[in-house]
Amino acid sequence: MAGKIMVVDDSASIRQLVGFTLKNAGYDVVEASDGRDAVSKLGGTRVGMLITDLNMPNMDGIELVRKVRSDASHKFIPIIMLTTESQDAKKQEGKAAGATGWIVKPFKPDQLLAVVKKVFG
Amino acid sequence: MAEQDDRFLNTFFEEAYEHLASFENTMLEIESVADNSELVGRAFRSLHTIKGSGAMFGLDDLSRFTHEVEAVFDLVRNGKLALSRPLADLALKAGDHIRCLLDVARAGGEANCDAGEALVAALKKVSTSSGARKADGADPATYRIRFAPATDIFLKGVNPLLLMAELRELGRCDVYAHTDNIPELDALDPESCDLFWDIIITTTRGIDAIKDVFLFLDEESEVRVDTIDDGSSSEISPDYKKLGAILSERGDVDSASLEQFINARKKIGEELVAAGVTASGKVESALMEQRHVREARASRAAEQGASIRVPLAKLDQLVNLVGELVIVQARISRLAQESDASPLLASMAEELERLTAELRDNSLGIRMVPIGGTFDRFRRLVRDLSGELGKDITMTTEGGETELDKTVIERLNDPLVHIIRNSIDHGIEAPDTREAAGKPRAGTVHLSASHSGPNVVIEISDDGAGLNADAIRAKAVERGLIAADSTLTNAEIFPLVFQPGFSTANKVTDVSGRGVGMDVVKRGIESLGGTAKIDSRPGEGTTIAITLPLTLAIIDGLLVEAGGESFVLPMQTVKECIELTRNDAAHSHGRRYINVRDSILPYMRLREWFGINGNSPDIEQIIVTEVGGRRTGIAVDRVVGEYQTVIKKLGNLYQDVEGISGATIMGNGNVALILDVRQLAAAVESQENEALAGR
Repeated sequence: MAGKIMVVDDSASIRQLVGFTLKNAGYDVVEASDGRDAVSKLGGTRVGMLITDLNMPNMDGIELVRKVRSDASHKFIPIIMLTTESQDAKKQEGKAAGATGWIVKPFKPDQLLAVVKKVFG
Repeated sequence: MAEQDDRFLNTFFEEAYEHLASFENTMLEIESVADNSELVGRAFRSLHTIKGSGAMFGLDDLSRFTHEVEAVFDLVRNGKLALSRPLADLALKAGDHIRCLLDVARAGGEANCDAGEALVAALKKVSTSSGARKADGADPATYRIRFAPATDIFLKGVNPLLLMAELRELGRCDVYAHTDNIPELDALDPESCDLFWDIIITTTRGIDAIKDVFLFLDEESEVRVDTIDDGSSSEISPDYKKLGAILSERGDVDSASLEQFINARKKIGEELVAAGVTASGKVESALMEQRHVREARASRAAEQGASIRVPLAKLDQLVNLVGELVIVQARISRLAQESDASPLLASMAEELERLTAELRDNSLGIRMVPIGGTFDRFRRLVRDLSGELGKDITMTTEGGETELDKTVIERLNDPLVHIIRNSIDHGIEAPDTREAAGKPRAGTVHLSASHSGPNVVIEISDDGAGLNADAIRAKAVERGLIAADSTLTNAEIFPLVFQPGFSTANKVTDVSGRGVGMDVVKRGIESLGGTAKIDSRPGEGTTIAITLPLTLAIIDGLLVEAGGESFVLPMQTVKECIELTRNDAAHSHGRRYINVRDSILPYMRLREWFGINGNSPDIEQIIVTEVGGRRTGIAVDRVVGEYQTVIKKLGNLYQDVEGISGATIMGNGNVALILDVRQLAAAVESQENEALAGR
């Protein structure tokens, strides 16, 4: 479904910040607290894009990317990773797993929206 | 000032108003364009001209005021000041003031435009407090991008279309999609991306902005960006590299093979493809590059002001003369085709035909102007009106490059203004109402223009509340237009708003509803030979489609005969010609249908339509025509051939004759009627409907 974006992060404040920015820009937002939560929520709803943190309990971002890429109904959606400057290796790993792009934390709302527009429209 | 030569003064005013209009448009455009350096430059030049020539004609007030505005734009131009929305607002107000000064100067009275002082103060404030900002105001450069994504990019969630869209935002873009790598259908993997693209883009943002677009792609995807025209060459010459050079630069052809073919003296592209050295897609893409750069250079040259002002009457005269010339040419061609004509005459006639056709196209082309200018003018209207009414409305346009005769465009202005006013005032709801209805707060008015066969279709649509069918119905009953118990579909009810004096709006506002109804709109459009249609969905909006014929003085036609009379069908409507034998006609059981490649085609006989006596030949010809997506056959005795004709209007007496739109004088001096295929097709359809109803 176009227009709906899932935000996955174990930090509630990041989820809210990202969610708030996206909602303001007119997107629908679904939040999930970690990879496992995300996978179970994806089973019930279709989203058009995924924004995920990398380090999370239960299931991390890389694993989530792999899971999504093998899920027939979400195989082709753009996935953006939230990374930090120091996580370059992780970033490469995420790309290899099938992530579309990345945003380096900390970021400004404008930067987030620019990236979303770029990969999701 | 009275001593000044009036002629010069008039030219000055004409020019100044034009520059002012261009300045306003630029301001409005700037808000919707990301890269505005070119627009700022244009605005600056407009102001500069007004200031300069104003001073020359002793209009000191005007010149002084314009100088202040210009000073601000100089800062913007040099990147010292960002062009914000408030600044654009201020600039538009300043534009109004300049207009006021011009009006006063032209009328020759005392200046009583009070806004001046306050505006100057506001402008000064802006220009002195300018927080420096580096604008990207470089010269536009042209880049070539070869984008060959890895085949698995879909599985990385990459959408190439979004990348193209992002590039488009940077500047003018031509895209060529190479399909050479797509395998046969049975080997096709829908999840793999077999396409690659060549993109030629002209932008002022520099190469880094382009590279940023492709930021998320990894090494498996090839992205090559080359600068092919840095925009600094001020040479007017629009020439660009030869095709072969482009191909070898791109690595699509190696220079050794190029050497082989370069002396072949034929079209090198065709040769290279024929020899299998490169794929046709690559050649086409290289040709696209050539075109793009030439156009970019040509527009740069045009910027430098290579145009001339000509009174419209001169153009009219030119077109008339060309019309006459075409008739003479047709007669000469006829003469040359006669059996005893000398071969020399034949070849000269051919030459003449070619030249006349070119002359015709050129002289008609001069009068054609893109409708985009008119669309742009409405931006201001939409902006001002929506502000007045407290609504948030954006205007989007499409097909602004569609060309129409200048006079048609001028006469189209008032109807369009009226329709747009209606949309804004009655159609689009207040922001709160929209939000309550689950729509975005901002409404949209969309203007589009496109070619549809021999017509130009202009559509004005809004995403407002739509027409209220019940209200229209009630009003129509009240006015006695329809019976109270009649059952009508929405498609029948909506056109009632075109009836005189029809307004369903409950209250009269400043903006619309002043008793000038949609009937005036309809009359205006009909006077141009066009039609207006209205369609609406409750809660979703209203669309008004205006179909205008390209009423040009000359058309390409197909000359046919029926019962010894000659007729001309406009070539754009003709799809093909097929034979109709007696046998075919007999097999359709008296109904006017023929089977064309397994589809049913209704047809009519020209003989019957015009009541021509005598017997039709054994084998008749059916001309298959298409108007408005509907195919209709027209049966005639004989097809003579292609014929270029000058349309002569029929007198008043014949104006309402159905099925004829005009006449032409043929080479032998006879008159041929020009058929109105649209009307004929409509007649065939209504006959069919009657036949169906009668069953």
